[in-house]
Amino acid sequence: MIALEGISKSYRVAKRAAGFREAAKALFFREHTVVDALRNVSFDIREGDIAGYIGPNGAGKSTTIKIMCGILVPEAGSCSVLGYTPWKQRMDYVRRIGVVFGQRSQLWWDVPVIDSFEMLRHIYKIPPADYQRTLALLTETLDLGDIVRTPVRQLSLGQRMRCEIAASLLHEPRILFLDEPTIGLDAASKIAVRDFIKTINREKGVTVILTTHDMSDIEALANRILLIGKGTLLYDGDLPDLRSRYGNDPMDGLILRLYREHQI
Amino acid sequence: MRLYVRYLSLLFRSQMQYPSSFWLLCFGQFFIPFTVFAGFYFLFERFGEVRGWTFYEAALCFGVVHLAFSIAECFARGFDAFSSLVAAGDFDRLLVRPRSVALQVLGSKFEFTRFGRLLQGFAVLGIAIGNLQVEWNAVKAATLAFMVIGGALVFAGIFILAATMCFWTVQALEVANIFTDGGREMAQYPLHLYERWVLVFFTFVIPFGAVSYWPLLSVLGKTDGNGLLYMVMPLASVLFLLPCLAAWSFGVRHYRSTGS
Amino acid sequence: MSAYLAIGKIRFLAGMQYRAAAAAGVLTQLFFGLIFLMVYVAFYDQGGAGQPISLREVAAYIWLQQIFLSFIMLWLRDPEIFSLITSGNIAYELCRPCRLYAFWFAKLLATRISGAVLRCFPILLAVFFLPAPYALPLPASPAAFALFAAALLIGLCLVVSISMLIYISVFWTMSPVGSSLMVSVAGEFLAGMIVPVPLMPGWMQTVAYLLPFRWTTDFPFRVYAGNIPIGEAAWGIGVQLAWFAALVLFGQWLLNRALRRVVVQGG
Repeated sequence: MIALEGISKSYRVAKRAAGFREAAKALFFREHTVVDALRNVSFDIREGDIAGYIGPNGAGKSTTIKIMCGILVPEAGSCSVLGYTPWKQRMDYVRRIGVVFGQRSQLWWDVPVIDSFEMLRHIYKIPPADYQRTLALLTETLDLGDIVRTPVRQLSLGQRMRCEIAASLLHEPRILFLDEPTIGLDAASKIAVRDFIKTINREKGVTVILTTHDMSDIEALANRILLIGKGTLLYDGDLPDLRSRYGNDPMDGLILRLYREHQI
Repeated sequence: MRLYVRYLSLLFRSQMQYPSSFWLLCFGQFFIPFTVFAGFYFLFERFGEVRGWTFYEAALCFGVVHLAFSIAECFARGFDAFSSLVAAGDFDRLLVRPRSVALQVLGSKFEFTRFGRLLQGFAVLGIAIGNLQVEWNAVKAATLAFMVIGGALVFAGIFILAATMCFWTVQALEVANIFTDGGREMAQYPLHLYERWVLVFFTFVIPFGAVSYWPLLSVLGKTDGNGLLYMVMPLASVLFLLPCLAAWSFGVRHYRSTGS
Repeated sequence: MSAYLAIGKIRFLAGMQYRAAAAAGVLTQLFFGLIFLMVYVAFYDQGGAGQPISLREVAAYIWLQQIFLSFIMLWLRDPEIFSLITSGNIAYELCRPCRLYAFWFAKLLATRISGAVLRCFPILLAVFFLPAPYALPLPASPAAFALFAAALLIGLCLVVSISMLIYISVFWTMSPVGSSLMVSVAGEFLAGMIVPVPLMPGWMQTVAYLLPFRWTTDFPFRVYAGNIPIGEAAWGIGVQLAWFAALVLFGQWLLNRALRRVVVQGG
């Protein structure tokens, strides 16, 4: 369903100057360094998987997600999702995927949530009947009953995140990308979000790829774990396999050991 | 187009959440260009006329340019405010939606408060027309309308170019002011006040001359040329807009290959 | 004192990072200066004789405006201070062992100076070598130049003290636009940013002379150009200092009242 093959990507970063003399020098010369964000990353994900994509900050998680969503074009390698090359047939492709960036909002800040949904209906050209059916289902499973009539700015973070996820499922995508969906949520909201992800995965067969720093997300959801560090894929397997190799420690300690082992 | 109207209605509802700030800004937008017009008037009051142009003739020029600018600012504000969209990382969101990126940028922002400025442009235009001894006919009226539309397209093109720059650097963005604010300040006076190179540059490279100065000569009867020819001249703005859009899509491609 | 210097230095270094921004600014200001001057050249062709300010003096006026633009724009926002006030994070600033007025003053002053330092030299160099009506003339006399330098610096402090009042007003309006925007626009007009004060109609000049705005820029620029004679200029500097003292005292009093409100509201 998703297949990445030898994906590489690098950025050029300007060095920032410190101190007065350096600042004056930087007026005339500016040094650049090339940072390899991804080095020869390959993996594939089967239909119906919930894949947890983990790694320390700056490891290349977001870059990979952006490539799989068709936002960025990699320097080398190939990627096939649902038979599309994401960055080539952008319009056709993005109709079939849903994306949630946990740190940003796709909802319009000052209007009730339902107005944002309505807008998305037009952006994705969803037929009214399908829209009503999906909306009813989402409202029920995510318990959105009253909050869809509230302006986004008045929602709590947990409520907002539920609405964000609902918004990216309105057009019934077959794949859902979640970039840190539980960031900043309280315990109850986290569990609600997780339950919901499980539900849509089980009942609608939506394939889910999520990045997170919260290992309990991984434990609760993922049947597949991808660990990335310094731009390379370090571990690819399922939870039982990880357990059999590293024992039954708590997840956080386990991951820390993996980080140490690879010196990242 | 239908989608654009939906965007507008959504943004309008958003802005109406803060009615007092909305009205204050509207009023402010009416007031700001007013000081510019006051300066314009004071100079004519002191010096009489300039290179054969009277106050009302020049005011017609002023009105057309300011009207065009405010229309462009209303509708193409999404491009004008594009740097903040990129800085906030919200541009990625537009790329994962199955619609044209340019349309979504246009729909990302609409400055309803610029209606204040629009109103002032109309007022100046009205004053100028009311005081000029021009025999109006269909061709001249059409010329004037084309001038405003063409001018708005030229400004929109510049906004798009400036937004394109954001893909490389947001720092040097101020240079775009030369052509947006600078273009407006410059084109509000008849272009032949300036040195010849200014006139040439702003006729053939960025066609402010083609949408304001040259057709105005015909409307005011300052030239014997064919009125119809001058009428279609503002269409040159379309020729300017097309390369701007091409540069924009090149910029989007660059963004996707660097992600900067 | 050293705390104020330190915040000033940080601001200054941050400003220096923006090399491309400075280059863009230089180009933009050269363009604006040229366009404005061309308009005046055209007007002076019509009837330059007998105007209260000569074309040569206007050229000096316009170029100095462009060179020291960041000294004179009232509408130079410091989004940090605005958001501090509106978001209520002001409490954080109150925990610092500095006097808030002086602290913000130093911050704003440094921002303006760093904005000008990078830009003024290239523009200065360029405009001295422009052909005849467009070049920046030399100062009227060495004495005029010395007085100009003093007046410009006091003018800069005046601008900052006026903009401090705008920031402080946000405590009441809670919105960085609207009223403060209008004060800025009117202030810039009265400081001669759009039309030099001597070219305004008589009644408008009277208004301008009664308010502090023209002392920020109109006054030093005309001293440089020789439009204001030396003797009068020395008096003018006294007036500037008086305005400055009044504005700072008023600003501090207003800020104290504003902060009391914050404390009372508990936000």
